[in-house]
Amino acid sequence: MTDNTAPAFEVRVEHGKIREFARAAMSTDPAYQGADPVIPPTFLTTAGFFWQTAESKAAAVHGLDPQRTLHAEQEYIFHGEPPRAGQVLTATARIADRFEKEGRRGGSLTFVKVVTEFRDADGTLVAEQRSTAVETAHAPKEGS
Amino acid sequence: MTTTEFTRTTVVGDRAREQTFGPISITDIVRYAGASGDFNPLHHDDAAARKAGFDGVFSIGMFQAALLGTFAAGWLGAANVRRFTTRFQEQVWPGDVLVCNGEVTAVRPGDGGSAVEVALTCARQGAGVAITGSAEFWLPA
Repeated sequence: MTDNTAPAFEVRVEHGKIREFARAAMSTDPAYQGADPVIPPTFLTTAGFFWQTAESKAAAVHGLDPQRTLHAEQEYIFHGEPPRAGQVLTATARIADRFEKEGRRGGSLTFVKVVTEFRDADGTLVAEQRSTAVETAHAPKEGS
Repeated sequence: MTTTEFTRTTVVGDRAREQTFGPISITDIVRYAGASGDFNPLHHDDAAARKAGFDGVFSIGMFQAALLGTFAAGWLGAANVRRFTTRFQEQVWPGDVLVCNGEVTAVRPGDGGSAVEVALTCARQGAGVAITGSAEFWLPA
């Protein structure tokens, strides 16, 4: 299951970033405040923007035309409680699936699923992010 | 006296209390852009959005996903989340009021608690569904 060839990157889960993300997500849940906050369900999206290395991104490029590509689905799996502030995770990203489907209005749709795995200091898989993009036959504006 | 009288049991068909967010402002979208790190100009630069063929800036899909996460975690517990899945159906626009709902679809008793599956929606008030989702929570006994 694990792709040992994928370049790994470090993700430090930070108190301030959790608070900032929770505020942006309009949450006042005390679980995201205090000394030992847990991450919000979609928080690990920040890893791709603030922590993922160019080398890791290059290894998981979906290769779809950005002008015609939409975000179709996003999934988070937590193997136990979600990570908490102070944890240092090690992440790898890979293309997990690529498939075509016939669109409702004709033309084929290309789906690509990128999976990012997050492991704790012991190397235990603690969380996964599964992000699926779809390349439409037309630009998004025309396509829907 | 039995203790079961005081035990709140989660059952299939239980519904969360509906939660609304918004009206969503461009500032809300930009605050999420900064927090998440996603600065795709389609979501804050009106000229860029129009040039790409849209009527103007629109929300980041992951923003409404985060709001649905706020709703679901507030319902069944932030530390209890084990899976959170979102499918993007419809764009969200500035001014939209988003209405989140959830219903328990499965309960699987386990060792020391129950795995609870829920169906989730984030709808644009007076319009279509922006996100359909599902999630799994582990509720300790």
